[in-house]
Amino acid sequence: MSSSNESFLKTIVVAVALSLVCSVLVSASAVLLKPDQEANKAADKERNVLIAAGLVDADEELSEDEIGILTSQIEARVVNLDSGEYADDIDPATFDQRKAAKDPARNVVLDPDADPGRIKTRAENATVYLVKENDRVKTVVLPIHGKGLFSTLYGFLALDPYTGKVVGLKYYEQGETPGLGGEVENTGWLAKWEGKQALGPDGQPRLELVKGGVSPDSPNYEYQIDALSGASMTSRGVEDMLTFWLGENGFGPYLDTFKQARG
Amino acid sequence: MAGFDKAEAKSVLIKPIFDNNPIALQILGICSALAVTTKLETAIVMGIALTLVVAFSNMLISLIRNHIPTSIRIIVQMAIIASLVIIVDQVLKAYAYGISKQLSVFVGLIITNCIVMGRAEAYAMKNGPFMSFLDGIGNGLGYAVLLIVVATIRELFGSGSLLGITILPRVADGGWYPANGMFLLAPSAFFIIGFLIWALRVWKPEQVEAAE
Repeated sequence: MSSSNESFLKTIVVAVALSLVCSVLVSASAVLLKPDQEANKAADKERNVLIAAGLVDADEELSEDEIGILTSQIEARVVNLDSGEYADDIDPATFDQRKAAKDPARNVVLDPDADPGRIKTRAENATVYLVKENDRVKTVVLPIHGKGLFSTLYGFLALDPYTGKVVGLKYYEQGETPGLGGEVENTGWLAKWEGKQALGPDGQPRLELVKGGVSPDSPNYEYQIDALSGASMTSRGVEDMLTFWLGENGFGPYLDTFKQARG
Repeated sequence: MAGFDKAEAKSVLIKPIFDNNPIALQILGICSALAVTTKLETAIVMGIALTLVVAFSNMLISLIRNHIPTSIRIIVQMAIIASLVIIVDQVLKAYAYGISKQLSVFVGLIITNCIVMGRAEAYAMKNGPFMSFLDGIGNGLGYAVLLIVVATIRELFGSGSLLGITILPRVADGGWYPANGMFLLAPSAFFIIGFLIWALRVWKPEQVEAAE
């Protein structure tokens, strides 16, 4: 190595040139690959709706066509969260709930006391997915999100809207500790949710995550789920976000419309 | 190519696999080896990703090795490695989304994988680009081989399958094999890697360190 290498000028030149080359490469790869990544994300979201609704097994490999066919059986509708009515003037194909939640014209700022999921703002509207059987809604798949320990968790909760029974839960995006909080994606744990009762007789959210395992003798057995071991904060986040989204500031008014329909 | 020696090329490529394995002998890159080996598929992808990163980072660093000022040597290596890792991560997200989700943070953590920096510092700074490239491939393969062995054991006994194909039908699915969940937990990888290092040193006693 020549001694000219060690000069101040050379050091600066090498550092600047290297940074430029590296940043061009990194940004080029990010920009060029973005369309493919977005498509993957959208497909993954659709797949997770299907998994939450119990139409697809979590580890089932499906071709794009098969996912397309199953997705066509599900109807996406936009709901106004305050009134609980469908907002059919908004196209669910283009409605982006995450963008809307950040847009002051289309979001609702939450009172910290009424914000157990710690999401600060939520969109006025939300996309729900309806699974129908003989023209009657059998399952609704609700998008939910809330803070865990490190990250915001995004998932879908599928419910029988008449009884409040959980059909399935699925998280599709999270950045919790792998192996601990990251176990919210564990299919074995998620399977425990099926058949639990998300809403009490009064229509209020009642699910809770309990440490040390749920005893089958517990009087609240149908409202309780095992907390994730080693992940108290993530478990609390899951419980809090369900309380929020199933409550009056979340999908409460929307779920009430089914009760009225039932009479 | 100046200074190209077939025998040396071969030794650079083959040696890291058994004689100088980055995990088993140099004990580098253990953390990712624990995390991504619950399934064979993720282990293979991680092995390929790391091999590509080490090979190209070695080659690029070797190409500019005569122009790197010693004072910013490490940071220059890091910048090159980090850029490569981000590109690999982006490509995986675009073309292997499911696997990239399973590998989660570990692809990003290739940046901090000691094997990559270790080879850049120990080999690429002193040798030509082609040999450095081969050295990267060799060390990447050494890492990949160990990962694949560990993942084969863990997936077979932990889930009763290989690459997701059922080999031992599990009791839970109506078969006869009571799956051993312990193999899916991180500590089992510690034990498996430990036993592999033991086995390797019985086979090649020259790897045993002298007693202190």
